[in-house]
Amino acid sequence: MKLETLKTVNAERAARRPVIVVTDTDNGEQRLVKAADIAADPLRAELSKQLRMGKSGTVEVGGKKLFLNVYAPTAKLVIVGAVHISQALAPLARSLDYDVTVVDPRTAFASPERFPDVPLIAEWPDVALPPLNIDHYTAFVALTHDPKIDDPALLHAFARDCFYIGALGSRKTHAKRGERLKAQGAKDADIARIHAPIGLAIGAVSPSEIAVSIMAEITAQLRLPAKEKEQAA
Amino acid sequence: MLNRDEDILKAAEDWQKAGHGVALATVVETWGSAPRPAGSSLVINDDGTFLGSVSGGCVEGAVVTEALDVIASGKPKMLEFGVADETAWNVGLSCGGTIRVFVEKVGQS
Repeated sequence: MKLETLKTVNAERAARRPVIVVTDTDNGEQRLVKAADIAADPLRAELSKQLRMGKSGTVEVGGKKLFLNVYAPTAKLVIVGAVHISQALAPLARSLDYDVTVVDPRTAFASPERFPDVPLIAEWPDVALPPLNIDHYTAFVALTHDPKIDDPALLHAFARDCFYIGALGSRKTHAKRGERLKAQGAKDADIARIHAPIGLAIGAVSPSEIAVSIMAEITAQLRLPAKEKEQAA
Repeated sequence: MLNRDEDILKAAEDWQKAGHGVALATVVETWGSAPRPAGSSLVINDDGTFLGSVSGGCVEGAVVTEALDVIASGKPKMLEFGVADETAWNVGLSCGGTIRVFVEKVGQS
């Protein structure tokens, strides 16, 4: 590997931008493809598939064996609301290799006793969210049921390129939320990004089951190809 | 969360800058119940110091030896290991697997 390639891989990873190193394992020839360049690459089908799966692997193209080494950022989950569901959601997401942060200005909720080992920020969304650098590899959920907290949090998420936005609440609650958010400048396209009612419809009842339905929906958004994603939503 | 691959590649860059000969070994294919997935890597310098893992311990010794050759020659190599049932058992794996490991020098032109 050229030193230049290695330096670029490290720089892209530090910036949380995915990068793939393509190696012809017969002769050692190597090139680097940044995520932004995949669409124009002759191997775009193979590259985008491996990136979506977050998996490295060997593919055969035109009789050549090429190893695609995928360096994808660790996915993040930002949970707004240190509520009962979050107590089940945080450890589940961590077991799925997400970096988890819980935000709730109410200190009685955002307590280390309720969330052992999870980074907690007991601040309002306008203070807590900007430093989290919510990016394309971030899933965002608003679970407080309190518009004073959930609404500004969602408005922040709209301004970011996160791959998933979910909000707790029935269809009726969500319709009211849509009206409130639009009154504060959100567009229809923003509202359409919210998965609500949150989670896949698996008949979840308990907080833990709701956590499973949320992580199932987030997983589908992270891993499925665009077409199948719509069906799972 | 500690992202180990990142530390490995950072070490590769740091060692190279410090003037070491450095090789990178990467699992490129696996069959059966291979202990580490494709993309797992090990970085080795000319002292024989290494960081990372390609097999969870079964074949690291052999990979390091081959990597020292690659550092000296500058030519990449493909290694194939059958993780024998007995070895696999010894390192806590319930059954064997096969892995192919690509070893390349870092900093070659």
